[in-house]
Amino acid sequence: MKARTKFLVGSGMIVATLCMLAYVGFTQSKTYYHTISELPALQGASLHQRIRVSGNVRAGSISHREDRVDFVLEEQGKTLPVSYIGRDPLPDTFKDGAQALVEGQIKPDGSFVAEQVQAKCASKYQASPTGSPAGTQPGQTMNGAGGSGIANKS
Amino acid sequence: MDIFGSFALLLALLAAVYALVGGIVGIATRRAVLTKSARNAGMAVFGLVTLAVAALEYFFFTDNFTMAYVAEHSNRALPLFYKFAALWSGQEGSLLFWSWLLSIYAFSALFLNRKKHPELMPYVGVVLAGVQTFFLTLNNFVATPFSVLASANSNGVFHLARVAEGSGLNPLLQYPEMVIHPPMLYLGYTGFTIPFAFALAALLGRYPGEKWIHITRRWTMVAWCFQSVGILLGAHWAYAVLGWGGYWSWDPVENASLLPWITGTAFLHSVMMQEKRGMMKVWNVWLVFTTFMLSILGTLLTRSGVISSVHAFAQSGIGTWFVCFLAIIFIVCFWAYWMNRDYLRSDNQLDSLVSRESSFLFNNLVLLAACFAVLWGTLFPVLSEWFTRSKISVGPPFFNKVNVPIALFLLLLTGVGPLLAWRKTSFDALRRNFAWPLAGGVVAGGIGFTFGFREIYALICLVLSVFVTLTIFSEFYRGARVIATREHTNILTAIGDLTMRNTRRYGGYVVHFGMVLVFIGIAGSAFNKDIQMDMSPGQSLAIGPYTILCQNFDQVANDNYQSERATLEVFRDGHSVMMLYPQRRLYLASQVTETMVAVQSSALHDLYVVYAGQNPDTGKPVIHAYLNPLVKWIWFGGVVVVLGTGLAMLPNRRAAILLKAVQEKSWGNAVAATSPAVVRRVESHDD
Repeated sequence: MKARTKFLVGSGMIVATLCMLAYVGFTQSKTYYHTISELPALQGASLHQRIRVSGNVRAGSISHREDRVDFVLEEQGKTLPVSYIGRDPLPDTFKDGAQALVEGQIKPDGSFVAEQVQAKCASKYQASPTGSPAGTQPGQTMNGAGGSGIANKS
Repeated sequence: MDIFGSFALLLALLAAVYALVGGIVGIATRRAVLTKSARNAGMAVFGLVTLAVAALEYFFFTDNFTMAYVAEHSNRALPLFYKFAALWSGQEGSLLFWSWLLSIYAFSALFLNRKKHPELMPYVGVVLAGVQTFFLTLNNFVATPFSVLASANSNGVFHLARVAEGSGLNPLLQYPEMVIHPPMLYLGYTGFTIPFAFALAALLGRYPGEKWIHITRRWTMVAWCFQSVGILLGAHWAYAVLGWGGYWSWDPVENASLLPWITGTAFLHSVMMQEKRGMMKVWNVWLVFTTFMLSILGTLLTRSGVISSVHAFAQSGIGTWFVCFLAIIFIVCFWAYWMNRDYLRSDNQLDSLVSRESSFLFNNLVLLAACFAVLWGTLFPVLSEWFTRSKISVGPPFFNKVNVPIALFLLLLTGVGPLLAWRKTSFDALRRNFAWPLAGGVVAGGIGFTFGFREIYALICLVLSVFVTLTIFSEFYRGARVIATREHTNILTAIGDLTMRNTRRYGGYVVHFGMVLVFIGIAGSAFNKDIQMDMSPGQSLAIGPYTILCQNFDQVANDNYQSERATLEVFRDGHSVMMLYPQRRLYLASQVTETMVAVQSSALHDLYVVYAGQNPDTGKPVIHAYLNPLVKWIWFGGVVVVLGTGLAMLPNRRAAILLKAVQEKSWGNAVAATSPAVVRRVESHDD
């Protein structure tokens, strides 16, 4: 066999192995993203998927229990009770009003059991949404070099 | 003053446009005067953007809160060091920072080569000008750093406003490491523009391959080194500051920085095939193009918020600009390739599977497979939403399942590759070179096994790490021994001499060794232990060889923050060995909480303790203790990689021409039996 053919055969075997591994890894970790409003409509196989949901933490709803943390997520008027049962500490950014992303499964009673919670990293690229310190004027920004009087949001 | 800054930016854009258009016209009409003025315009961009950066920094240092960007990212009490770093803490400023670093690179590339490669440099100038034009357009019209605060009074007329105090820099970013990580990463990302410019220019100008490949390789090493440092700093920051016990979570933004690094690594290896055997020309050119496109994709993923991530930011329109830019780049690259593909024909073929070429080919294959897997996994939510109705994401199990075997295979190639000869290796040479390093590896694996290491990947990693280390050692030793006997010096001097005669090769071996250390460090995570407990004063928990006793927990408060702190005493073998003070701080101004991890790091393991808050029912502090083996090897390995890269970039000491007919078979590059002549390797770095 020419060296080139041998190489292609070898590559083929490597790629095939990797595809298999990728497929197994995919099925083990694939997580479906749903909004809170979509959750009640799920049925059948979808109920057993790993699901990711995002929403805002309702102020005052965080409650630490012995082996879990309960809180309520809300988005577009809908709410979702969540129980976090993971072992890692909750992120520092997780608090009232924070935008959170939970990953886990939905229970038959409609509540959510989360194995993982992420909260939005205090964004570098956006002014802090969690309340402004005293003195900040709400306003719009104007391009300094232009000065035509028409404001545009940056 | 803000007018000064924005004006400088506008001039910079005009200069870049002139460099682009004038450069193209100069090439087309062959007018040297035009080409030269275009080049000067390209270099002038650096000066102008520097003025803009200086203006913005001036606003930070003078607490000028009429500027929107300064008001959003700084406050009066912020230490000067962080006021400086606040430049890159937001969208507009970091884009300006990007343009600035890009202009530094472009200036250097144009300046250092002003008297060389006269047929190539005009094209390089045009490509660089094109990229700079894009970013400066963003700086001037899309994400303007010099926007002024304004508010409307009762008539609806806008007037300038100012705030008394700025919003301040996020406390999570007020950490020296967090300050160095973006510049390093940006130096990596922007650095990949230079090899891209040279490769595209060479293709457009049909410049001889042997010449441009040297230049490109050197610049790629610089960018690659910065990218490596940036990635490792990010990982270390995540580990030391965020307090979740790990350093890598396959987050989309992390992956984005890894992608150009992977293809950059592939390029640094496959380029050797083009230099030595004239092979892989098409592949190399596309690899460089892809590396640059991935670095643009990286910044697109980070800024546009199109993939949700812990780092992700608001959905913003800037993503569209980057997508269009990517499309333009791809079209230009493809057009350049298509028009000039005959110029890229290979000189040689693959002769044997047991050859250095083949090991480079496999190296590139698996690196690209890893890149593809990571890219696919990262973009999956977007792709799945286009093709199916659901938005599906994949997590660490996917990435780890694919990348761990790839990494181990790469480790194998790292040991095998240098021992194989170009074209074809004889069986004798194979047996001679491989036998004892492989034996050493297997013995190490056996020892590990008897000590209870059963995790299969960790075991394989151990075997291969020892194997690779022994091959590296043997490479240094064999070469040095020849020099030592011939020049009658000791072996250590000989090693130094050997290295300086071929810095790229031996510097490369040092980099490989650094990567081995990093892999060992990562493999340690297979043996991580952790335990979480409510602890009241007087209680203790045991982890590994340590017993941790909670002595106290208290609250500390000052102007900047309030903190809950646990005082822990750590015992080992009955003796008290250290005190740890993990804390949780609430920064008053910004209402951001931050975990201060208490880490005790040794070569063998890290004892990593987190104050996870108070249990609201019992009031007891919750302590989460981790024992993470070998983490320090990762950071140490990273330092070795950087040192190796620096070494590889040094120019060679002029190798003496060998007049004696010495069989240099100990260099491991025994050419196939038909050629018994002296093998003389003079690899020069000079471009």
